[in-house]
Amino acid sequence: MMKIVNIGMNHESAPIELRECLARDKDNIDRALASMRESQWIHEGLFLSTCNRIEAIYTTESAVEAEKWAIGLFSRLSHLPEEQFTPNLYIHEDIEAIRHVFRVASSLDSMIVGEPQILGQIKEAYHKAVAKEKTSGVIINRLMHRAFHVAKRIRTETRIAEAAVSISYAAVELAKKIFYELNDKKVLLIGAGEMAELAARHLLNHGIESFVVANRSFEKAVQIAETFHGKAVFLEEIEALLLEVDIIISSTASTEYVIHYEQVKQCLRKRRNRPLFFIDIAVPRDVDPRVNELGNVYLYDIDDLKGIIEVNTTLRKQESIKAERIITEEVIRFKRWLETLDIVPTIISLKDKVEAIRKAEVKKSLSGLRGLTPSQEKAMESLTVSLAEKIIHDPILVLKERAGRSSKDAYLDIVKKLFKLDDVVDERISNGS
Amino acid sequence: MVGLFPNIAFFLILVATGGFVVFLIKQQQKIFQWSYIILLIAFVFHTLALVHQYLLWGAAPAISLKSTLSFFAWCIIGAYLVFQYKFKLMVLGSFIAPLAAVLMIISSAIPKMDLAVRTVLKSTWLTVHIGTIFIGDAMFAIAFAAAIMYLIQERQIKRKTHGSFYKRLPSLETLDSINHYSLIYGFPFLTVGMITGAIYAQYILGSYWRWDPKEIWSLITWLSYAVLLHERLAVGWRGRRAAVISIACFVILIFTFIGGSMWLSDYHSFKALGGHAGL
Repeated sequence: MMKIVNIGMNHESAPIELRECLARDKDNIDRALASMRESQWIHEGLFLSTCNRIEAIYTTESAVEAEKWAIGLFSRLSHLPEEQFTPNLYIHEDIEAIRHVFRVASSLDSMIVGEPQILGQIKEAYHKAVAKEKTSGVIINRLMHRAFHVAKRIRTETRIAEAAVSISYAAVELAKKIFYELNDKKVLLIGAGEMAELAARHLLNHGIESFVVANRSFEKAVQIAETFHGKAVFLEEIEALLLEVDIIISSTASTEYVIHYEQVKQCLRKRRNRPLFFIDIAVPRDVDPRVNELGNVYLYDIDDLKGIIEVNTTLRKQESIKAERIITEEVIRFKRWLETLDIVPTIISLKDKVEAIRKAEVKKSLSGLRGLTPSQEKAMESLTVSLAEKIIHDPILVLKERAGRSSKDAYLDIVKKLFKLDDVVDERISNGS
Repeated sequence: MVGLFPNIAFFLILVATGGFVVFLIKQQQKIFQWSYIILLIAFVFHTLALVHQYLLWGAAPAISLKSTLSFFAWCIIGAYLVFQYKFKLMVLGSFIAPLAAVLMIISSAIPKMDLAVRTVLKSTWLTVHIGTIFIGDAMFAIAFAAAIMYLIQERQIKRKTHGSFYKRLPSLETLDSINHYSLIYGFPFLTVGMITGAIYAQYILGSYWRWDPKEIWSLITWLSYAVLLHERLAVGWRGRRAAVISIACFVILIFTFIGGSMWLSDYHSFKALGGHAGL
């Protein structure tokens, strides 16, 4: 029995240190896909790696062996022993796997629900699977295309995606309520995260030109600084920068405060009390919450930002119910399609058999009926084709109807027996049904 | 005809104030534009009425409580029009116009009386003294309104409860700079007003300083504003603290104005000025 399996870890199941180990090398995706291609247990596969999640999606007939292989793959990619990360892994199978993929693509499983980047990342992962290693097949192709469709539906039919956009939008609105003009203000980005970059991009669109980026990995800081035409600095320089900058967006993975109360307090007089606006997107927090008590210092963390846009909580609840409903709807559709996969071989062999009979009979008749005009031959051809099609039309319809029901196997059996398809069919659906 | 001007001005100020309040709630630019135009027309009528009064009395139209309140309202509206021109801050009108309207309502509630204007009051020094003091006071009223707006907005941002004012009020930096500029502009007027007052006193009473309660309170007011301005300019006070202090200063100023004019003072009281039981 073919299974769709999804194995991986995300921001909820695993700490960032662990996720980083897996996402460390850029060519990890290629290595994973190559390994999928070589594995005898994996039929089709896809590998997704972002800063918030690492997932393998594959189809297999031998789930147990495939799972062992997948854990082995994760271990090789992260250079960690298996027992160090297995508690952080989640494994979804079949319907749950489909649902999970749909939820991830629609950004319902994101740290910030509705953030738009994940869809692009999935598309990229799919593109790699299709183009490079050619690890995707009928099921994965269909699954991914449906996932893109679901994401689009949820984006247009619900207002769930507004949340993420509105969080960074709210941050910009706040900046506008604190500062007279944004043009002459300076932004410091500490750490790299999708939401932080989104907020920074919003600020860029609203006239801020000066950006400074600090990050634990200096290479990454340089990389981000380039996208904002800013400069990169070491984390140690932050304290000195507090005198210069006006808006600080922090999103490091640090478990301790990156910005302390005393640091901020001391810099205020030197700044002549010019306002400081902290946007703390990190979980756990980067900025000591007490700085909000200081005059002319304003601190908003992710919950505060969520809080101010969650004016209408009932609406948000309704929207997320709607989104889940769309997911369920699409999961059911996909499941139905998967089930028709089981009956497809029978239908094909039925059609093949009828077509073979028809061809044989036409040939026989034609050899007996010499001297027919081409148009007469054509008429005979089309007569037999439509006759054959009409005869098997209803049986095929019944089979398709039965696709999702428990009586499916019985019907398949009957069809096979009635039309004597056994020998042909067995070989075609060797996967079992 | 001219006699109707104060009434027309009063009526138009009330209409404009109503418009500004509706604008605060509805946030429609059209309402603001109309209110602004009406206030502008009111200001013109008010000016004409005051000029008429000045010509009639031959003294500054601020020698009875009725005329003083009206004059103060005129100064505040004038200061507002200047700030509106400079800052283009529509919501400021919604805070300033009611203040002017309240002054006008009190003023119009006081019955009109014929004053026998004493000749000592018909002095250019006095006119300059009163004029500059009230222009300064009007600037401080703007600073006060901006400080109130600042505190409302700051509270919403700090407490993260964004109520209906959050959208309507401008940025903290804008409010802070309005407060800043109205202090900077208002302070010289107050200073000039006090100096001319002293000169006038020397001119008619023979001494610059007589330890009159209103003089003392005026000095306290002046010193408070001087401290606030110094802290702002030299030390870099800003935001909430500066707003709170400027509100406190304005409370002292109002106390000086009302207390000094009504109960405390000797020759600064309207009683002394007009001799009509303080009115």
